[in-house]
Amino acid sequence: MVRCPFFASLLFALTSVALAAEPMEVKVGYLRLPETRTAISLLEVPPDNDGIAGARLAMEDNNTTGKFLNQHFLLEDVRLKETDDPAAAVAALAGRGVSIVIADLPADALLKAADAGRERGLVFFNASALDDRLREEDCRANLIHTAPTRSMLADGLAQYLVWKKWRRWLLVTGSHPKDKLYADALRRAAARFGGRIVQERVFEDTGGARRTDSGLVQIQRQIPLFTQSAPDYDILVAADESDVFAAYLPYRTWDARPVAGSAGLVPKSWDPAHDQWGANQLQNRFMTMFRRRMTTLDGQAWVAARMIGEAVSRKQSADPKVMIEFFKGPDFALAAFKGRRLTLRDWNLQLRQPILLADGRVIAAVSPQEGFLHPVSELDTLGYDRPETRCRLK
Amino acid sequence: MKMRVLLGFCLSLLAAGQADAFMAYVSNEKSNTVSVIDTSKWEVVRTIKVGQRPRGIEITKDEKFVLVAVGDDDTIEIIDRRSNEIVGTLPSGPDPELFVQDAAGKLLYVANENDNTVTIIDIEKRERLGDVPVGVEPEGMAMSPDGKIVIATSETTNIAHFIDTATRQIVANVLVDARPRYAEFKQDGSELWVSSEIGGTVSVIDPARREVKTKIKFEIPGLLRETIQPVGVNLTRDGKTGFVALGPANRIAVVDGATHKVTRYLLVGQRVWHMAFTPDEKYLLSTNGLTNDVSVIDVASLRVIKTIPVGELPWGVTISQR
Repeated sequence: MVRCPFFASLLFALTSVALAAEPMEVKVGYLRLPETRTAISLLEVPPDNDGIAGARLAMEDNNTTGKFLNQHFLLEDVRLKETDDPAAAVAALAGRGVSIVIADLPADALLKAADAGRERGLVFFNASALDDRLREEDCRANLIHTAPTRSMLADGLAQYLVWKKWRRWLLVTGSHPKDKLYADALRRAAARFGGRIVQERVFEDTGGARRTDSGLVQIQRQIPLFTQSAPDYDILVAADESDVFAAYLPYRTWDARPVAGSAGLVPKSWDPAHDQWGANQLQNRFMTMFRRRMTTLDGQAWVAARMIGEAVSRKQSADPKVMIEFFKGPDFALAAFKGRRLTLRDWNLQLRQPILLADGRVIAAVSPQEGFLHPVSELDTLGYDRPETRCRLK
Repeated sequence: MKMRVLLGFCLSLLAAGQADAFMAYVSNEKSNTVSVIDTSKWEVVRTIKVGQRPRGIEITKDEKFVLVAVGDDDTIEIIDRRSNEIVGTLPSGPDPELFVQDAAGKLLYVANENDNTVTIIDIEKRERLGDVPVGVEPEGMAMSPDGKIVIATSETTNIAHFIDTATRQIVANVLVDARPRYAEFKQDGSELWVSSEIGGTVSVIDPARREVKTKIKFEIPGLLRETIQPVGVNLTRDGKTGFVALGPANRIAVVDGATHKVTRYLLVGQRVWHMAFTPDEKYLLSTNGLTNDVSVIDVASLRVIKTIPVGELPWGVTISQR
């Protein structure tokens, strides 16, 4: 809903269109449940404002546009603790006049939040959860996804590996549930695009500290042993979302083979090194504002907040219903520095987007790869397509 | 069409003895060079080393200098056309991209992508006169034929800003489709065309009412909508024909200036970006970024007659009047 000051909203309701250029204030909630995330690489330890920084920059961009259109955007940060009820947080946000929420929540908490907001007419933007089920059997009509799915990431990687003729994969999966989900997506991608998994191995997480002063000596011995006696393969593909082992694989495998997936060549929606198609400008703006590089989560939150700004400027309305219809329609096209328009899959509210393949320093390639054709959008070669979907939007 | 052939013929008679001897200057974004093409031979006759990431390029109204925005050096370089050497710089803001001169050639209006401003520069004194705050990532710049309004398009804000040249204030904002890249007035001032790269359209704006009156859309059999990305726009002086470069669609659309319908698509090189007419409007040159070449289009017959290899990632092109 448009959250103008009380009188303005009253006037707005009475005189409708004539006052379209009246000052409009749009409140956006940012709901997050920061995990105590650590990382093997010091370079990848998430900053405290990971994600919300991207949303803040987009709100700044929206407000620059808003200056000319008499629209003002506000962001309210709500941090949940593990024990907090997401539904209560949503009710509190709604009570403060927020009807648009960007969420950085794990799947179950996200569904609780979205369902709590449904009867109050709230719309949610999932900026972080990669789970395919949120776009398939557990999809929601008030839940838009700017984060890609695991299947989109896996397909983006698989297209490149197949183009490169690295078809024989050694798949190594971590022992946590999300690692297994990523492995499922990689298996599906191999089957779709002609990759062949020559063998699978599981890397058990036996616990322990990520960083010890002399741990490297052990790792240097462990990883070659772990990857020994594999059948012939072209590339080791690792499914380690939990960040337990994949970063240790490059340069340590028994056979001299490249690594992809959770280390080496990594598929992602955004990367601090991405500079094509004007992305340099966004990276510069981010750096100026936050004095650090823009992470994948920052990128996904930026896109969510920019989508909100785009809808409000085009429709002169912040009504979630109007917003969702606009995104599903033919006139929505988001410019997000990915070389082509981003649009929304109207059957499950997933944002179509190219997948970057990052090597940690530069972007090695961007999928969809040339030659992977599609009758509607080449971006629909990534992830579950309309005919396969199990989503019924309600 | 006949009229144009006739006009072109007359103009070339006038210019007899020195037929078609114009110089085209092409900025090569990746090579950090400017290729100089002699249009009587359709050959690169010289390559000038410039600063980093040259993009926007124009010749000063007195024809003495070529100005080229070198974005990564945060400046605009001045190339002397006689010596083909850089003789100075202009104080733009950070990351200048496109710019436009006033009719007298005294003032330069520069879009600075990195700080959301348009900088106004006194060309002769090489001094910065002031800045106008605009939307996020300004890029396209155009001057109204009467000199009263300068247009800046903001790529992330999706607005064409109308700036009053006398007061240096924004007097109107027109919302266009996503990522507006280039703006061009009809010579009679009746229309302003603004291309939207991601939106995939060209908005035709009525400059008097400051409203979009129609949008030009593009459909090419066999190409998906997302690959059609309009960037460069050039209109003939009589306003009867528009040419729109469609980026990764590798084509230039020929648009009827009256009906705003596409009459033909010309296949050129990959990622066609910007264009320029020869002064007689007999030829149109386009920069094809990914194939590192320039296409020459015969405007009367609407045929691509020549492809000229230049530097890497050719971006902008400008052609001398003599």
